[in-house]
Amino acid sequence: MSNNGNTINITINGNTLSVPTGITLMEAIALAQEDVPVICYHEATTSEGLCRQCVVEVEGWRILAPACITPVSEGMVLETDSERVTRARRTILEMLAATTDLSHAPDLQAQMHTYNADPHRFPDAVARAPDLVDDNPFFVRDYAKCVMCWRCVQACGEDLQFTYALSTGGRGYHSKISTFFDSPMPETTCVFCGNCVAVCPTDALRSKTELLMEQGLDYDQIRYKKRKAQKDLDAGGRTQ
Amino acid sequence: MTAIKAQEVVRSTCPYCGVGCQVDLFIKDEKIFKVEAPFEVAPNFGRLCVKGRFGFDFVHHPSRLTRPLIRKNIGESPRKAVGMEGFRPASWEEALELAAEKLSAVAQQHGGDAIGTFCSAKASNEDNYLFQKFVRGVLKTNNVDHCARLCHAASVAGLTIAIGSSAMSNSIAEMKNLEVFIVTGSNTSETHPVISTFLREAVVKNGAKLIVIDPRGIEMTQYATHWLQQKSGTDVAVFQAMAHTIVTEKLYNASFVEQRVENFETYSASLEGCTPEWAEKISGVPAEKIRDAARLYANAGSAAIYWGMGISQSVHGTDNAISLANLALLCGHLGRPGTGLNPLRGQNNVQGCSDSGGLPNVFPGYQSVTDPGTRNKFEAAWHGELNPDAGLTTMEMVDAAEADSIKAFFIMGENPMMSEPDLRHARHVMESLEFVLVQDIFFNETGEYADIIFPAASFAEKDGTFTNSDRRVQLIRPAVPAPGEARPDWEILCDLAKRVEKKIGGPHSAGFEFTSPAEVWDEMAGLTPPFQGITHDRILLEHGVHWPCPTPDHPGTPYLFEESFPSGKGHLTPLEYNPSAELPDDQYPFMLSTGRVLYHWHGGTLTRRSKLDDIYPNPTVEIHPQDAEKLGVTAGEWIKLRSRRGEIRVKSLVTERSPVGMVFIPFHFAEAAANELTLDARDPKAKIPDYKVCAVSVEKI
Repeated sequence: MSNNGNTINITINGNTLSVPTGITLMEAIALAQEDVPVICYHEATTSEGLCRQCVVEVEGWRILAPACITPVSEGMVLETDSERVTRARRTILEMLAATTDLSHAPDLQAQMHTYNADPHRFPDAVARAPDLVDDNPFFVRDYAKCVMCWRCVQACGEDLQFTYALSTGGRGYHSKISTFFDSPMPETTCVFCGNCVAVCPTDALRSKTELLMEQGLDYDQIRYKKRKAQKDLDAGGRTQ
Repeated sequence: MTAIKAQEVVRSTCPYCGVGCQVDLFIKDEKIFKVEAPFEVAPNFGRLCVKGRFGFDFVHHPSRLTRPLIRKNIGESPRKAVGMEGFRPASWEEALELAAEKLSAVAQQHGGDAIGTFCSAKASNEDNYLFQKFVRGVLKTNNVDHCARLCHAASVAGLTIAIGSSAMSNSIAEMKNLEVFIVTGSNTSETHPVISTFLREAVVKNGAKLIVIDPRGIEMTQYATHWLQQKSGTDVAVFQAMAHTIVTEKLYNASFVEQRVENFETYSASLEGCTPEWAEKISGVPAEKIRDAARLYANAGSAAIYWGMGISQSVHGTDNAISLANLALLCGHLGRPGTGLNPLRGQNNVQGCSDSGGLPNVFPGYQSVTDPGTRNKFEAAWHGELNPDAGLTTMEMVDAAEADSIKAFFIMGENPMMSEPDLRHARHVMESLEFVLVQDIFFNETGEYADIIFPAASFAEKDGTFTNSDRRVQLIRPAVPAPGEARPDWEILCDLAKRVEKKIGGPHSAGFEFTSPAEVWDEMAGLTPPFQGITHDRILLEHGVHWPCPTPDHPGTPYLFEESFPSGKGHLTPLEYNPSAELPDDQYPFMLSTGRVLYHWHGGTLTRRSKLDDIYPNPTVEIHPQDAEKLGVTAGEWIKLRSRRGEIRVKSLVTERSPVGMVFIPFHFAEAAANELTLDARDPKAKIPDYKVCAVSVEKI
């Protein structure tokens, strides 16, 4: 939060308070001890205003303002929970639920409940269901669960790791997170730090151990499975 | 399928490198199934590397030691290395009693100095405090040392001469705001991965200028403004020439030199002849590049130096460290944020093990064992007379065992049979000992020589503190139960010490009745002024405290030397360049360097038992494409490396990372141990062996 010592007054849900200049609406809302829901926002990654779930209504504005990237200005009057805002949030959740597997996103499930979102509102939507990518010993990529929040791309890039193995690709409905040329992770610059896994909100990226344990395997079985897979590989003529 | 829910989330400290990342261990059914890191907490602020995030499965490995073991043919001489089948399980009672009996017998017949002991840079401060208390207070010897001898002993020796203190002077948290910095002899992105992210951040986001001085084209060179690619072992020449430039072009900080530095006249006179052209001839680094780097470093408002094993693991390791200290002293780049002399510590608690008295010449807090006043303090606290003579270092203990003046070894959490140089020699020594006691979490190459093995709890199964590279004392906590009958090191040590005291002790016990590591810490802090403001409770509240922290209301010290140096004034030391002990010749035409890779850890005891081994399963050798072509070696081919000491088989990794004429091997692989090849040539001041320069031949199989 940058602060040159100056403050301004804004009104949030009817309460006027004085906040430092230069902060975002989201920071101001937190100072007012109010809350907005988020999907793409993460404390450790750069906000891009992608998901629009944190939108609020600003008096006199034609559009809803994404709180994570909109700076405060003098005299702003905000509504964080108006009918227009909740309708927008509900629709975002319904569109996500129609195309994406949110079964491992407890926070989004809670939001669905809060905003009374109907997961079947768009029955003709085609769910995205690419195959699970299992190309390294450490984590799997299940893009059926991906909500395109970009956190992983930013974590891999200039927010945490400076490794630049992940990027966005494709357009519109076909846009997706991937590696350059869709290469398997071991053939990229990836160093398997898993900082991307840590910021993923939906388990689209997750630790392989966690996945296998969820399938009911214990550590010894996971090791056995690994050894067997390796044996099969070796038997298949692939040399180590 | 629904996601696994953690039954418990336990905050702890990563057990791998010296960065000391804070981690949250997610536990279900007594197993760690996930590791995350808190974004708001130093030193890593949410960042982890592959080892910290995915490499903790060793904790649950089926080969963990679960019962005390006694060698079946105990007493037979010479002792031969045996596998697990050479041991029988025993009760704690039997194993402890027998160990106490054997140690007491050696101490009574030959004196305490006939016992050599290795404490552990992987164990906690509390474990190490008790270990050296047992060795000093009960066995009455100062023969206690650990693997810091094999890593940063030269940094310690050099910095002690220059400024009187050896720890990393500045903190990790300062890194992302750097202006100019030097990385030398450190493959930071593989050995201290999380630190490397902050260094990269400084370059990418803060516009910092990086000078890399390293023979290998390591990843950090991609972020460097200047890369000085010196020939291995010629570091002193390069740093001396930088100093020459700084002095002749009058780029030094005159007021700093006047106020805080001594010996400037003699030192600057000694630089005559150390021109960049002279250094170019020795090191192969173009003179102009040396001048540019010197100007960049000297003209910066603040500039820091970071180094690793490439500087210290050398026959001129001490001189290397001194030559870096000379640069910082000349330019006044000390005692402010973003400056400093920063040896990056390799092991999770190598700083803490040294701090806790795991060295042959000092009690906890680097208080000299030969100083009568200090000794009196510890004699009063531990209720008995103490040995007034400094003990032996790791390799001196090996030498003393060979000369038969040391009869027994007690080794806790170290694997000297992987980490010592010239392993063939070390093995011979282990065979001749009367008694070897090992305490570890796994059966490793050293365990093969043990008479008795105590199974210990891992970092995830006990309380205690680790001190990371920037002197931050942080907590570990029990997250899962120890397997079988394994017990925390501190408990085992207390039991063993009490039994040995019963057999040989004086009228009063040195004191081994503790109910928790927090109590052990309090006793150590009471005797160690820089720790006196730190308690386990305080660390819990603040997540970590940087020592020195002399009082409870002291905030701790992220960067040192703001006002003065421990030695008063900083000392500029004239140096001479000397060539390395063994250089390539017709028979052994390649220069060999050793080091680490991202996916493995030191002797491999942990990472070879982790899924980390899946991605890097084989021992490798980096060889330049030109050399590979000349020898007809193709990528991925198994080849033989041979030195005057031994030979190993490794898989070729054809890459321009290592220069023509040099090969590089990681030392993690027991089946191709790098130290079969290395030579036992030591730095005369620090006694550290040279792991980075020896001569080998490369042969097709």
